[in-house]
Amino acid sequence: MDTTAPRGLATKDIVYIALFAALTAALGLMPPIHFAGAALPPISAQSLGVMLAGAVLGSKRGGLALLLFIALVAVGLPLLSGGRGGFGVLIGTSGGFLLAWPLCAYIIGYLMEKDTAASPIKTGLYVAFGGIVVMYAAGIPWMAFIGKLGLPKSLTIMVAYVPGDLVKVGLATVIARGLRRAYPNL
Amino acid sequence: MIKLHDVSVSFGERTVLNSLSLDLTERRIAIIGANGSGKSTFARLLNGLALPTSGEVLVHGLNTRKKGRDVRRKVGFVFQNPDNQIVMPVVEEDLAFGMKNLGFSKDDIATKTDEVLARYNMSDLREHPAHLLSGGQKQLLAISGVLVMAPDIVVMDEPTTLLDLRNKRRIARAVAALDQMVITVTHDLDLITDYDRVIAIDEGRIFADGTPPDVIPAYEKLMS
Amino acid sequence: MLDLYTPGSSFLHRLPPAPKMLAMMLGATLLFINQSLPVTIAATLVIFALYPVAQLTLKQAFAQIRPLLIIFVLFFVVQWYFSGLELAAYVVLRLAALILLASLVTLTTRSSDMIDTMTHGLSYLKPIGVNPEKVSLAISLALRFIPVLAQITREVREAQKTRGLERSVIAVAMPMAIRAIKMADDISDAIDSRGYRS
Repeated sequence: MDTTAPRGLATKDIVYIALFAALTAALGLMPPIHFAGAALPPISAQSLGVMLAGAVLGSKRGGLALLLFIALVAVGLPLLSGGRGGFGVLIGTSGGFLLAWPLCAYIIGYLMEKDTAASPIKTGLYVAFGGIVVMYAAGIPWMAFIGKLGLPKSLTIMVAYVPGDLVKVGLATVIARGLRRAYPNL
Repeated sequence: MIKLHDVSVSFGERTVLNSLSLDLTERRIAIIGANGSGKSTFARLLNGLALPTSGEVLVHGLNTRKKGRDVRRKVGFVFQNPDNQIVMPVVEEDLAFGMKNLGFSKDDIATKTDEVLARYNMSDLREHPAHLLSGGQKQLLAISGVLVMAPDIVVMDEPTTLLDLRNKRRIARAVAALDQMVITVTHDLDLITDYDRVIAIDEGRIFADGTPPDVIPAYEKLMS
Repeated sequence: MLDLYTPGSSFLHRLPPAPKMLAMMLGATLLFINQSLPVTIAATLVIFALYPVAQLTLKQAFAQIRPLLIIFVLFFVVQWYFSGLELAAYVVLRLAALILLASLVTLTTRSSDMIDTMTHGLSYLKPIGVNPEKVSLAISLALRFIPVLAQITREVREAQKTRGLERSVIAVAMPMAIRAIKMADDISDAIDSRGYRS
């Protein structure tokens, strides 16, 4: 994979960056999935875009794809699930999670690049690290700060989301591996 | 004019085109062939999107391998699926895209945009989102986006495959009215009955080459 | 273009995006620094009052907060229980004020104007390797792709419905992603054929 080309981004890289930004937006249009009845909050497919961008495009292009997505949300396009957008969402309670997306995609991509022959389990671990650990590490302190909640209470709130995010990690791993097989030169 | 000199293209083990040598000079040339015959690869060779594995392609004497950008300036390319060709979200922005890349002035871009939209009765669609156009309108926009760049040659890769009969005819009329040399790769034999030359490709080789009345019946026989 | 912008001719609509965004950031920072409940109440009221000034209705103002209502209630209850009523009110009001302030910018500024401002701002980053033209191509392409991908998603879901697979995320996402990448490869060729110099 040619993500470290010294001459900057080729046309194809720009197109892929735009594509995965748009894919993340399109995933926000899918209805939320209730996978555990009323026991747990429904999951939006949107952060699947973050995991896929990192796992498929690699660090640089994946990170830029999500940076582009966040920029489009910031300028007021209603691209977050439920038709939300604008600066308000980005500095709201879930702002930390959203602003971390580019970093999450970058880190997933970075780990995949370091281990190009990763087994499915390892791929899943990389995706989980970037898509859950890093995302929560940025999102929870933000929530604690903006709600003056303190970390322990914020952590408790987020526990309900972990099962849904694990489902997404599994999906992203399967899809990313499938795409890599279909397009080895991506 | 375009010259192919002993051109072969292979992807790994598979040979898609096998030592073709051709001079393309006629105003209307059709390339026909079954799925997988190599005709799409052939079309992409003509503006340097695909490069020959061996041999060379010369457009007005320019080698596509060395002068890719200059060649693409002379050879416009219309893709099968207009959705995969329209780059900008709004009609007028898409028309301006190619012209901006060629360094046209703002006034020039505005004039050419007016002209081409008027030509295809799309003036009221100027600020329309591209994704809301009909299939026929999208293909006309794709063709317009190429024409405003004033290429000498227009290559079309199955421009009517995804269209209904009415829109097929609309595109056929639009193509017939072009001043440029046109090379059309197609399955649609109705589109090419009045062409000057038809080249039928089968399994990477030229199977027949001549006028439509000579080539089309031979091709239909091969397909049956 | 899909946009949260509400047309109007108010002072806030006419203000160029850059000073508007800077003022918003300054206001948000002050809201964070301030620790007093009365000041937060006053700020919230002032921001509310700006909505009619910007020819927006109070209904639109409430619509900005509605998606977060559950979180507001949750925060309020937790804070009240652990830290008392005053802190609970301060936290929730500050959050509401921040969101109302930011939404005010979003509602009175066209996305396209903000994108122009952004790409213009990026030209100052040229020395560190940012190419504003590439950024603006990427923005346009993303806006072009979003409706196309939404359409592809619908088509794939319908196709899978006939096989009873429309609820399987993988059965929908995989063909969708493969078609999307095929489209991206073609578009990339189309961009190069139309004289783009990357």
